[in-house]
Amino acid sequence: MSAVEEIASQTPAVQAVPKRAMTLSAGTAFVIVLLLLVVPLFVKNFIIFQMTMLLIYGLAVLALNILTGGSGQFSLGNSAFYAIGAYTSAILMEQYNVNYALTLPVAGVICFGAGFLFGQPALRLSGVYLALATFALATAMPQILKLGFFEHWTGGVQGLVVTKPDAPFGLPMSQDMWLYYFTLAITIAIYVFSVNLLRSRSGRAFMAIRDNEIAASAMGIDVATYKTLAFGVSAGITGVAGGLGAIAVQFVAPDSYTITLAISLFLGMVVGGVGWLPGSFVGSAFIIFVPNIAEGISKGLSGAVFGVLLFLVIFLVPHGSRQVAMVAQQLLGKLRKN
Amino acid sequence: MQVVQQLRIAALATAVIALTSGGALAQKKYDTGASDTEIKIGNIMPYSGPASAYGVIGKTEEAYFKKINAEGGINGRKITFVSYDDAYSPPKAVEQVRKLVESDEVLFVFNPLGTPSNSAIQKYLNGKKIPQLFVATGATKWNDPKNFPWTMGWQPSYQSEGRIYAKYLLKDKPGAKIGVLFQNDDFGKDYLKGLKDGLGDKAASMIVLEESYETSEPSIDGHIVKLKASGADTFFSVTTPKFAAQAIKKLAEIDWHPLHIVVNVSASVGSVIKPAGFENSQGILSAAYAKDAADAQWANDPGMKKFTEFLAQYYPDANKLDSSTVYGYGAAQTLVKVLQMCGDDLTRANVMKQAASLKDFTPDTLLPGVKINTSATDFAPIEQLQMQRFKGEKWELFGEAISGAIE
Repeated sequence: MSAVEEIASQTPAVQAVPKRAMTLSAGTAFVIVLLLLVVPLFVKNFIIFQMTMLLIYGLAVLALNILTGGSGQFSLGNSAFYAIGAYTSAILMEQYNVNYALTLPVAGVICFGAGFLFGQPALRLSGVYLALATFALATAMPQILKLGFFEHWTGGVQGLVVTKPDAPFGLPMSQDMWLYYFTLAITIAIYVFSVNLLRSRSGRAFMAIRDNEIAASAMGIDVATYKTLAFGVSAGITGVAGGLGAIAVQFVAPDSYTITLAISLFLGMVVGGVGWLPGSFVGSAFIIFVPNIAEGISKGLSGAVFGVLLFLVIFLVPHGSRQVAMVAQQLLGKLRKN
Repeated sequence: MQVVQQLRIAALATAVIALTSGGALAQKKYDTGASDTEIKIGNIMPYSGPASAYGVIGKTEEAYFKKINAEGGINGRKITFVSYDDAYSPPKAVEQVRKLVESDEVLFVFNPLGTPSNSAIQKYLNGKKIPQLFVATGATKWNDPKNFPWTMGWQPSYQSEGRIYAKYLLKDKPGAKIGVLFQNDDFGKDYLKGLKDGLGDKAASMIVLEESYETSEPSIDGHIVKLKASGADTFFSVTTPKFAAQAIKKLAEIDWHPLHIVVNVSASVGSVIKPAGFENSQGILSAAYAKDAADAQWANDPGMKKFTEFLAQYYPDANKLDSSTVYGYGAAQTLVKVLQMCGDDLTRANVMKQAASLKDFTPDTLLPGVKINTSATDFAPIEQLQMQRFKGEKWELFGEAISGAIE
């Protein structure tokens, strides 16, 4: 958050939101999208699966980034929305035979509603108190999913097994590859939507509230509406990510969506750079791959190794990947001048 | 012209090589992950996260395969054991199992731990026709060869054990008024189902109260008081170790002395009985299928001696009293038996076939009378347990090994 302020004060910008603070340059974006499109053609299915998970967690981190980086509200409870999205997709697919692609908008809408409703009481809270309230939501969710009352739909502790979709129109693609491109399309759509949202009137309202709530309301911004809206949008995107996650992993169970997931998402956001949307995917890569690296270094002490790595990252680049990106850009600029 | 001739020669040569090596291949058959020198086995364990205490099982198995390799391997082949951490999280389990299968290219996945993790990978492994062998969970659903022919359990299922207590009660205390305390998850519900199925028609009249608790509750005292007030004279404690010890203490505190049954999961002397106090634990009943390393009566048992020597030589850091070491040893030994039976036909289909052809196999660490039997329609290796009563500072076995097989 502070990073956004710094940049805002450094540049005598006319634009309310400096473009660079939020997105990548057209050239970089083009190269990355091209890589995302081409790489899967040359790697094993397992790597494709990992890339799919990277996009999915990336979406969930992005959603949190809109909430925290955009509107300045903390949440440790996004795993709950992720769970609701995952269960919505799984239940619709397995119990009601709905097409997988159609379950995602439903998951998004239901989670938007849940987030919007949760945003109402959250209005009275801010900072660490809000973080605690959302924390309660995350801890409660696995137990709610286990309730006997819902067991008929959720499968209780046993969870639900989800069928992975085949590629449509007889495309000569493995299930993993199809799901990857499907996820990629959704990810790009949501990413573009998010960037535009933050650059729009609503986005500026979010950021005004983040920077100074009283000043924002004095300017005529309806603080309550925009705060709950931010919660709703964030929860909705998280829900879509959850639905995609359920399809990719082919299984949902209460134990998949514990507080550990919420903390991972939060961690991904900080490592990626709070408020910098492309960083969400760097953060997602961090939470997927760094535990594996830590395990490779020491099996018994994987948690400790992960902690050390995380500490190093936060210590060396406190603003996460955005800081790395800025430095890289400056270096490139210097090179060009020479 | 010359090119064609060269091609012909090449083709002929290839055919000759193919024919001669074909003769040798007739005896040796391999799938991915097996070769003349190596058998590659995959595994996932919660080395970190909420269930990390079970990580000892994976480490014991690794040590056991080291021992087998040091002794010359299996039919001359060395075992490579690749074990990854899934932190007890189903999505992570899927990722790690896919890594094992698609990147490390293992022959099969052995003893993955945890009901949620195994549920998550079952469909994937069965779809790829890769054995998910001897899963480390007591859920009943692993014995389903018709729908999941590539998945097999190992330990007795919770339902089987529940049935064994029902059999015992119907015989020895037919008028029992049972109060059940169970953990509100699949573990607790499976036991309760086993007990009810075993009691049959009498379940409704014999069970006076079913109380459930959540693992997040700091204390279960309230539930115990409620169970006492219900007038039950038999207390069936379907609890994990921490709560089992709490229950034993609380019973003594409120001076309630029902017939107390503790499930096998929490029958450990080291982690339950001792902390709860020996004087509070006299007369408690349970059932067992493996020998307790903390129990002096096995000090001179040849099987347990082998186990102790193995720990001393290959896993000296291990806590001998931790029942996970006994578990890992037994499971690994069963696998080695299966691989020996496979001979030179190390295909996935044959591994499953041999695993389903175990006859009266007894690993060193199982109780006398408990035998591993499997068949094409029976994917539940251990189905027998023996009742035991706590006396002095140890369990005393009584009666015969009882089968809890589910027809």
